[in-house]
Amino acid sequence: MMDPCAHCEEMMQPYLDHVLTDEEMEAAAAHLAECEKCRRRYKFEESLRIYVRKAADEQQMPAELRQKLAALRIPLE
Amino acid sequence: MAAAGTVDRMEAEPEEAQRLATEARDRVRFEEDALALSEQVYRVARHLAGSREEADDLVQETYARAFRSWRSFQPGTNMRAWLLRILTNLNIDRGRRQQRAPQMQPLEANDYYLYDRLSEDGDGISDEQRVVERLSQDDIVTALSAVPHDFRDVLVLVDLGDFSYADAAQILDIPVGTVMSRLHRGRRILKRELAESALEEAT
Repeated sequence: MMDPCAHCEEMMQPYLDHVLTDEEMEAAAAHLAECEKCRRRYKFEESLRIYVRKAADEQQMPAELRQKLAALRIPLE
Repeated sequence: MAAAGTVDRMEAEPEEAQRLATEARDRVRFEEDALALSEQVYRVARHLAGSREEADDLVQETYARAFRSWRSFQPGTNMRAWLLRILTNLNIDRGRRQQRAPQMQPLEANDYYLYDRLSEDGDGISDEQRVVERLSQDDIVTALSAVPHDFRDVLVLVDLGDFSYADAAQILDIPVGTVMSRLHRGRRILKRELAESALEEAT
């Protein structure tokens, strides 16, 4: 029998992507309910994903590029 | 047209004019829809490309090509995915991506590596959110750009661009299973890169 925490680590990415089957989901949730260590790690992963997305979104499109793109439009005859 | 047989030349011309007018209207609408997505396309492009300049070029080339081949877009399908498919193909065609030798496979750590590294020197920090915030925005942008292209493409499309596994598979023209395995590995590589930059800062 695999160490439940190691198994839980394997389930983390699919769990957070919502692609586990119902049984897998229940098994993971049951372990998380009783294991604080795994719970914290899942929570960290979730926060990290949100944080990475936020940092990446800060890279805004330059205003000149917007104008250049509009200028690429094909003029009407 | 039911009455086509009775249409004489006088009426055929306005019909042609009508067709052209409809086409012009469809094209203008296409261009406007595409431009409305440019901010979202840029955000993904920015992290697919190696630099701001490359992202800038890629987005311009993508739009130039999209405007020329607008007829091949199927109305009602996902235009953002269509634009990004053009963009990722251009990115590959430009030869910006080097083939990695097998011995240069990126190092990845287990899924908990970053958390363990960030929390071990933490003064018993209990809030996972605060642990994450030890990373700076620059750390994240730099770490993303250090992830090798094959993994980064998938990571950026799914985790930053919100595409489904299936959409990412279509955009990159790879099987869904490959999307999943590259995504999982890409996330681990990213966490390793982040752990490294966090450790460098600490020393």
